[in-house]
Amino acid sequence: MMKSRGLAKFLSVIVLAIIVAYVAFYGVNAGNYSIKPVQDSIRLGLDLKGGVYVLEQAQGNVSQDAMTRAISIIRNRVDALGVSQPLIVQQGPNRIRIEIPGVNDPDQVISYLGQTAQLKFIGPDGKVILTGADVKDSKAVYQTDQTGVQEPVVTLDLNSKGAKAFADATAKFVGKQIAIVLDDKTISAPVVQEQIPDGKAVINGMKDFDEAKNLANLIRGGALPVTLKQVEYSSVGATLGPSALKASEEAGMYGLLIVLLFMIAFYRLPGLIADIALGIYILINFIVYALLHVTLDLPGIAGMLLSIGMAVDANIIIFERMKEEMRAGKSIRASLDAGFRKAFVAVFDSNITTLIAAFVLFFMGAGTVKGFALTLIIGVISSMFTAITVSRFLLKSIVETEFTKNIRVYGA
Amino acid sequence: MRWNNIKWNIDVIGKTKVWFTISGIIILAGLIALFTIGLNWGLDFTGGTVIEFNMHKPVTIAVNNEITNILKSNGVKDSQVKAIGPNNTHVSITTPSLDDKTRTAVINAIESKYKLTVKDLVSSQNVSASIGKEMQFGTILASAVAALLMLIYIGFRFNFEMGAAAVLALIHDILIMISAYALLRIVVDTPFVAAILTVFGYSINDTIVIFDRIRDNIKLMRKASYKEIANVSVNETMTRSINTVMTVLLMLSLMYFFGPASIKDFALPLLIGITSGAYSSIFIASPLWVIFKDKEGKNSVGNKVGNRPQKA
Repeated sequence: MMKSRGLAKFLSVIVLAIIVAYVAFYGVNAGNYSIKPVQDSIRLGLDLKGGVYVLEQAQGNVSQDAMTRAISIIRNRVDALGVSQPLIVQQGPNRIRIEIPGVNDPDQVISYLGQTAQLKFIGPDGKVILTGADVKDSKAVYQTDQTGVQEPVVTLDLNSKGAKAFADATAKFVGKQIAIVLDDKTISAPVVQEQIPDGKAVINGMKDFDEAKNLANLIRGGALPVTLKQVEYSSVGATLGPSALKASEEAGMYGLLIVLLFMIAFYRLPGLIADIALGIYILINFIVYALLHVTLDLPGIAGMLLSIGMAVDANIIIFERMKEEMRAGKSIRASLDAGFRKAFVAVFDSNITTLIAAFVLFFMGAGTVKGFALTLIIGVISSMFTAITVSRFLLKSIVETEFTKNIRVYGA
Repeated sequence: MRWNNIKWNIDVIGKTKVWFTISGIIILAGLIALFTIGLNWGLDFTGGTVIEFNMHKPVTIAVNNEITNILKSNGVKDSQVKAIGPNNTHVSITTPSLDDKTRTAVINAIESKYKLTVKDLVSSQNVSASIGKEMQFGTILASAVAALLMLIYIGFRFNFEMGAAAVLALIHDILIMISAYALLRIVVDTPFVAAILTVFGYSINDTIVIFDRIRDNIKLMRKASYKEIANVSVNETMTRSINTVMTVLLMLSLMYFFGPASIKDFALPLLIGITSGAYSSIFIASPLWVIFKDKEGKNSVGNKVGNRPQKA
């Protein structure tokens, strides 16, 4: 009874792990419910796929509002490049971090990003009616239309010179479109419904408030651009990145293989269990990377490989304890319990110190170090689970089957 | 006795002087290097521009001079041009932080002179001097915070003698690492912080495993001296110490030998630091604990050196 139950427990964990692994790496599509393969959800760092990273700093005293507008403009420009997965985020009070993967010519991108925004209103005759300099303000607000429905709109407030030009143009082009062009890209083309004499216009027909807000940001940005200066940048060529990825994948695979073989050779059956736990550990890591949308860069891979070494350490501490207990004459089952119990404090304490270092790095370190810290944190936490809980459960199940009393099978 | 069941019996504590001398020599050599030639500071801390081209042919001294002249004609007087990569076919150009216009001009001049395209621009990087200053400050701050937090943890987990021994072993590892950076001319860049802090965590981790065993053995070996307890504990945990350091070192050496260039500068100091961490837990921290305990024994009434311990 006990024997078959042990085997059933053992096999159920293995089967469950295989199913999870299959779903994680191949994804599922069941009706309208689908899970993407983890490798599609993990973003690769620029150092692994090539691309440009730029840190721009706004000059002088800038408000948060000006920063938000500047980011909108940059996003608009980056989108115009047609690259996939660009990253544009604010860093600190006056810096913008831009990551553009797969770009070949870094300097072209940098000069393009650094340009002062050019906003123009162009009539159907192709003539410029007014420029961003004439725009005093632009906001996204809710307005109630004739039927009483609230709709998001963008307001325009022009200076006196702009108001006059706009009054003339809107008188001329009633029923026609005026294009609002930013950096040669049309961002909106509203139809003139009536003459606008006072320089206060409203653009409606927005899909939602976000669209209105974005357009207002772009129009205001054109009116009040901040001066951005590149303070840091790096570019990795399209060939260097993938070759770096391949090299680190190879290093990881060979290392893992040797560690797996070593554990079996040294610890026999428990070693095999530790290997299974390590497999589950790697699976958990990739799933967590996908769920947290971790950007995996080279330091991140280093952190992951290092944490594999540390995951194995927990099992080594436990198994050495077990062997000592067995050699002292205890039964296999008693040795297993004592080994895990006595080793727990050491494993826990040692992982905590690594976590302290990793957390400090994550919160205080610079960009490149953060990736390392994050994979190390994920690795250390998940290794505590797999090296202690999973491997104990598997080992206990195997011991319950009582298939051997030879302690040599347990490496002692 | 089979290979995976070796019973260790090394008189670690008896040879304390030997271990201290070995470490002393390495640290001394490192400190001399540190104060004479200094550290090899990288771009992240000093600020500057690095451009790497694939020239598709070995970079000769003539080419090297030509590039230096191109830089000079663009107003860049201070530069370092180095042949690197496979068969020295790549060229690495290091200058103080260049503005976008100068950098573009330099890159275009080199591309047209050697008939290169943008594809041959392997990588380029620029860090302004102000960012470099920020990095230096941030690094010192992060290291200080991490050290403080770990000290609090040690103080919380260990008694005074163990805590002091663990901290001294930690300082030993950091000194060994800085020596390695100075002697092997490893570039001190952002990975430096990560490497130092990782070794911090790892070294304490290793010491904890041995001290944990010492705590257990103090209860079991009531008649033994501190020296005996430390020796037995170190030997009992020896297989674990070796196996763990071997697996971690294996991962790191593969990163070093097979990994891409940017990982090498990260793997090497970790390799040295983690070896030092494993070594210091056994050969520095444990003997120090015995020394502290024996000192305490001398001072307290009725407890002679090497006498049975009263408490951990």
